[in-house]
Amino acid sequence: MKLELRQVTKSFGSRNVLSGLDLQVHAGEVVSFIGSSGSGKTTLLRCVNLLEPIDDGAVLLDGDEISKIGRDPNPIRRRIGIVFQSFNLFPHMSVQRNITLALTQVLGKPADEAHQIAKSLLNRFGLVEKIDSYPDQLSGGQQQRVAIVRALAMNPEVLLLDEITSALDPELVGEVLDVVRELKGSGITMLIATHEMNFAQEISDRVCFLDGGRVAEQGHPKQLFSSPNDERTRQFLRRVNF
Amino acid sequence: MLDIKIFTWSTPAIIALALLLAIARSSRNPALFPVRIFVIAYIDIMRGVPVILWIYLIGFGVPGVGLERPFNSPLLWGSVALVLTYGAYIAEVFRAGIDSVHESQRAASRSLGLSNTQTMRFVILPQAIRRVVPPLMNDLVSLQKDVALVSLIGPIEILRQAGIDKAKFANFTPYVAAAIIFLLITIPLTRTTDYLLARERRRTSATRVR
Ligand SMILES: Nc1ncnc2c1ncn2[C@@H]1O[C@H](COP(=O)(O)OP(=O)(O)OP(=O)(O)O)[C@@H](O)[C@H]1O
Ligand SMILES: [Mg+2]
Repeated sequence: MKLELRQVTKSFGSRNVLSGLDLQVHAGEVVSFIGSSGSGKTTLLRCVNLLEPIDDGAVLLDGDEISKIGRDPNPIRRRIGIVFQSFNLFPHMSVQRNITLALTQVLGKPADEAHQIAKSLLNRFGLVEKIDSYPDQLSGGQQQRVAIVRALAMNPEVLLLDEITSALDPELVGEVLDVVRELKGSGITMLIATHEMNFAQEISDRVCFLDGGRVAEQGHPKQLFSSPNDERTRQFLRRVNF
Repeated sequence: MLDIKIFTWSTPAIIALALLLAIARSSRNPALFPVRIFVIAYIDIMRGVPVILWIYLIGFGVPGVGLERPFNSPLLWGSVALVLTYGAYIAEVFRAGIDSVHESQRAASRSLGLSNTQTMRFVILPQAIRRVVPPLMNDLVSLQKDVALVSLIGPIEILRQAGIDKAKFANFTPYVAAAIIFLLITIPLTRTTDYLLARERRRTSATRVR
């Protein structure tokens, strides 16, 4: 089992967001999370790479409990990349530096090797001519693709994608989703929070519907989208017109 | 001339001290909690008393304890007073800059495996410093004004050594008392303001990243 969540509980003040959530993800699997706004998709992903400390339960990576309090999160975060809804590129750094910063500072790679990694990844995703640009000189779609490249450069085993197209104009969504399509099958494990039902259906090996702080229903995308078992899933899908 | 000399040597010292204080104050390492408390107390005390009073207390007070030349110069200690007070003022400018960098930048940096220190150095500080250049310039303008006060210490000192009105200069009690009264008023004020600001920030921003 690549990743396992056991009875994960997380509250913000009195607001209970995750309440005893269980989840198992195999290596190389692509799992999408759907659910209404506020159902805890973002929180779930942030708990996985320890940006958000959990109140109770456990998160396991390759059987190793990474959520133990007092554990150094940095070596774990190297293995779990995340891409945010709002890109979060470093605005004062060029595209190249955005990508090479962690390569040199965290992995200790020499500058020219880091540069090569950045260049070949940018090339792979059609961004190599932007290598010396700054984030504010790029379109939203390009920024998000750079953010994906930045996470990929660390060669993570697990990639978390948090509504990576929600902040984009509709015509820019496609180019970002193409990147994710290309990644599927490369062996990387992906957890995707999304409002794009079509995309979730197409890309996922499994879809999880979050409700009440847990995975209320999960299954193969075909099954879950065409004949959901849970009444709440049915209501949700009706509400988003799917 | 003297003004310019004091200004040129104290400005880098002020900026260095201010950065150090701001970084210490913004650190999130639980182990550094005592350091944070100390820095907050220091900044409150330095900002709680008017600069001119510090110049007087340190500029005349420290040489008054009987140091040897050249360490008994009120000019030297007046400049030290400037560095200590302005360091505290400008630390708060830097801190505002650090706070103004959105939490998501820290989240992005930490999610790549960078440590707290690396995040501060490569991601937060460069953005913070760019943003605080205008208010920093303001403070440096008022520093020039206060440098003039320090350069006045020289002539006053000459009068003092000439024995004119010696008692008045030697008696620090009223000045210390004034400083304490200032602190009694300003510290509760700054603490309350800070608390309210922090509460507001907690309400409006994302979770602070460990
Ligand atoms: N830092 C925080 N402080 C307080 N409450 C928070 C915080 N982060 C999230 N929440 C609350 O937790 C709940 C779940 O939020 P989360 O962002 O995980 O939902 P989501 O499923 O990602 O929603 P969306 O589809 O809108 O992105 C929401 O009610 C939100 O208000
Ligand atoms: Mg979300």
